[in-house]
Amino acid sequence: MNTEIENKHNSSPPPTSSCTRSRSGEDARQRSASYTSPVCEQTDNAADTPLRGRVHLPRYVSTTNACKLCKPLGACLAFRGIEGSVPYLHGSQGCATYMRRYIISHFNEPIDIASSSLGEKNAIYGGGANLKQGLKNVTAKYRPKMIGIATTCLTETIGDDLNTILYEYRKETPTDEEQPVLVRVSTPSYSGTHMEGFHAAVRSVVETLCRQSLPNDRVNILPGFLSAADLRLIKEIVSEFDLAATILPDISETLDGPALDEYQLIPEGGTPLAEIRTMSGAGGTVEFGATVSGSATPGAYLDKTFGVKNHSIGLPIGVKATDRFMSVLEELSGKELPARYRQSRGRLIDSLVDGHKYVFGKRAVLYGEEDLVVALAGFLAEIGVQPVLCGSGGKSGRLKEAVANITEGLCEEPPESYDDIDFHEISVRAEELKPDLIIGHSKGYPLARKLGIPMIRVGFPIHDRVGGQRILHIGYEGAQMLFDLIANAMIQVKQDSSPVGYSYM
Amino acid sequence: MTTQIYEERQDQIHRKGKKPFAIECDKESLAGAVSQRACVFCGSRVVLYPIADAVHLVHGPIGCAVYTWDIRGALSSGPELHRLSFSTDLQEKDVIFGGEQKLHDALIELIDRYQPKAAFVYSTCIVGIIGDDLEAVCKSVAAEKGIPVLPVQSEGFKGNKRAGYEAACNAMFRLVGTGDASNISEHSINILGDFNLAGEIWLIRDYFARMGVEVVANITGDGRVDDIKRCHGAALNVVQCSGATMTLAKMMQEKYGTPVIRVSYFGIEDMAESLYAVANHFQDQEMLAKAKKIVKEELETLLPELKKYRVALTGKKAAIYVGGAFKAFSLVKAFRHLGMDVVMVGSQTGTKEDYQELQEITDDGTIIVDDSNPLELSSFLQEKEVDIFVGGVKERPIAYKLGIAFCDHNHERKEMLAGFTGMMNFAREVYGSVMSPVWRLVPRKQSQDTQLRASASARIAGL
Repeated sequence: MNTEIENKHNSSPPPTSSCTRSRSGEDARQRSASYTSPVCEQTDNAADTPLRGRVHLPRYVSTTNACKLCKPLGACLAFRGIEGSVPYLHGSQGCATYMRRYIISHFNEPIDIASSSLGEKNAIYGGGANLKQGLKNVTAKYRPKMIGIATTCLTETIGDDLNTILYEYRKETPTDEEQPVLVRVSTPSYSGTHMEGFHAAVRSVVETLCRQSLPNDRVNILPGFLSAADLRLIKEIVSEFDLAATILPDISETLDGPALDEYQLIPEGGTPLAEIRTMSGAGGTVEFGATVSGSATPGAYLDKTFGVKNHSIGLPIGVKATDRFMSVLEELSGKELPARYRQSRGRLIDSLVDGHKYVFGKRAVLYGEEDLVVALAGFLAEIGVQPVLCGSGGKSGRLKEAVANITEGLCEEPPESYDDIDFHEISVRAEELKPDLIIGHSKGYPLARKLGIPMIRVGFPIHDRVGGQRILHIGYEGAQMLFDLIANAMIQVKQDSSPVGYSYM
Repeated sequence: MTTQIYEERQDQIHRKGKKPFAIECDKESLAGAVSQRACVFCGSRVVLYPIADAVHLVHGPIGCAVYTWDIRGALSSGPELHRLSFSTDLQEKDVIFGGEQKLHDALIELIDRYQPKAAFVYSTCIVGIIGDDLEAVCKSVAAEKGIPVLPVQSEGFKGNKRAGYEAACNAMFRLVGTGDASNISEHSINILGDFNLAGEIWLIRDYFARMGVEVVANITGDGRVDDIKRCHGAALNVVQCSGATMTLAKMMQEKYGTPVIRVSYFGIEDMAESLYAVANHFQDQEMLAKAKKIVKEELETLLPELKKYRVALTGKKAAIYVGGAFKAFSLVKAFRHLGMDVVMVGSQTGTKEDYQELQEITDDGTIIVDDSNPLELSSFLQEKEVDIFVGGVKERPIAYKLGIAFCDHNHERKEMLAGFTGMMNFAREVYGSVMSPVWRLVPRKQSQDTQLRASASARIAGL
């Protein structure tokens, strides 16, 4: 994470060694066809023992069925949650198209991601001209308020200097027409997952737009990557607290909009730019996430630069985590928990009591983004489900500790946590752990099918069901929905496998 | 409403009837225009994907592999290695010091784990830049493991999808001729350019079997490495989706003298024509009689059923936007069978000849477009008041957002659309979307109704 931030600030191209090689490519070609390459012995395998911190799982060189996505995808999602914004990838055409396809298949919504559409010549001589032309074209046709430019592995490696290119672009652009704000973020997909890309994009937006402002009566909420339904609930909750919140980013409308009469090139909704500009004057920031890096987050930046106090809490999934969120809102608003949430909390607890026997001791495998996995582990632990394996393709280095902390004192055995894991590894270990259910996004379906156990769909992507954007994870309501799904899944297993087939519990 | 077109793209759009036919195509996509195209890697990946007993290892950072994991509806009758996503997941260190060792180790690991018949190694953008020597690594692993390990030179930036098709064909061509081609019938073919989506190649193979034709290799639907190795023994290459696999057919023609015919299995005429063309090639009257019998039998059940759909769908307007133009030809004809008018047709990677043919088979006023984007597509759909749009995942939300019916005709689909059975499914799918009552609820319909009522009351007032 730190490296990327540095890259962004200095705009320095990544390591010259790769650049020099890239431009000529000759030394690679000159190497003899019989394969021995001394250069390559310096891979990270040297530091890798077969078990590197993995008691039950060997470490493989290859990745099979990754449990993560690439960095620019996260940046595109974040940019899409800003008012009047068009995500733009500085790279070859395929990246934009693949990511659009992937995102569309979850949200069932249009998402236009523009691209520099770099070709071979650009890869050799630089992609500056295409970037400028692309920005010009997007500006002319989409009339955006902001263009969020994310780099790709190609442009990071050929060493395009976005600082200079954008400086030139601004100088060459007529000043009499209104120009969109250009926000750029460095997202080489060879370092970090889509979540690092997401957070880096949000931080970039804040750094670019937010300036010192007079104190205002707003609060900032940095939710990370939640569903559209989650974001709508957050809006409802803060308004019940009589708070005005800047939620950054906000995909609740831009990626879950109504049926339309006329096609909108940029959908309505998203975090207003005017609000982002004055986040510096807010009364406080609530930032979700247990594994996001301490000093590099946008919340930390607002705190350090403008003195906006950052309340860094986990994703509000489950009773205790939601209590924590509510208590921060109580503190920020000076108001007590609104009656309707006291009620929904009460109903949730009542239902947990009603259904506790059906879920107690059940063994769950969960996987996905690190923050989501930590939060779900906490929720499962507090309702008596044993999270036996918590896996993520991310590698913030904080997963293990965060899972241990959140489940402390609640589990009969501490959950196994693995970062930098893929679905092949999850599958191998899951078979040994004999779980009762798996919890995560659609890509775990083959595992659920193989094990013949129910799967509770959460997170992103949901590619094998409708309504991924409408899954509610957070708050007392989200916990209620998740609990009902889990309890009913367990009841159904018992019912389906019963020779009698009772129609009552 | 005005149609939004980039000035630079004006020559890539033709409206039939207005001016003499002229269209620009085969150009690099315009930067910033949100092309629906993918990249070279995508082209290679889709062509080779269905080869089910090979490891397909993507050498690059994780994105390219993860976005192509289990995304095709390409079925296998046996092994399913093609449904897994393998990557070297290059990290910053690998980019600096080179990824060759990692690639080598990953290949050894995967070959040991899955015992595949071959391995394809796809190059991605970054590999082209850092200059990893794929050829050398593949050669070394092939020697070590005793299976073909084939580099696919599919760096994303080296052109568009079509360049990727060529890279895939080049890789496959290295397999061709390495197997034993004895005991192959003189009435034998390879099926090129069918990817066995929803089991289509099984249907096509069945038609050919009923004609007494032996199929040597499926290239690549339900494909097997050993079949491709011996496919030079076939007497004829039957090529569908010519963009994707014609290069391989041409290379085989040059080296082995295998003749080539172009076919399409979509729609009634094209499907029947494909069977006749094969029979005619072998100049076998008995085979032709069998082909005619198949067509007759199939049509006897198909045509009466289609009638019902035709009655409901006659006069409805369709728009088509697909990857390769071959599919568009068949779709235009298929819609005609349903009594529908095609008002827009376009493709990502069509050639001048393709578009020429499209303009010949479409009606006046039809919009023909190359390498389009959401901006144009959405405005064409609205301008032409389209009833159903046919395309892929990226086109679907444009239609749905506007309250327009949609038919998936892409490589992800799970419905069989080829063959005579496929025509039936196509009609059902079009009917099932166009006739849904939900369109009565969408804003587009409601505002149309309001306008109709307004003009009706204006007429009444004018009386």
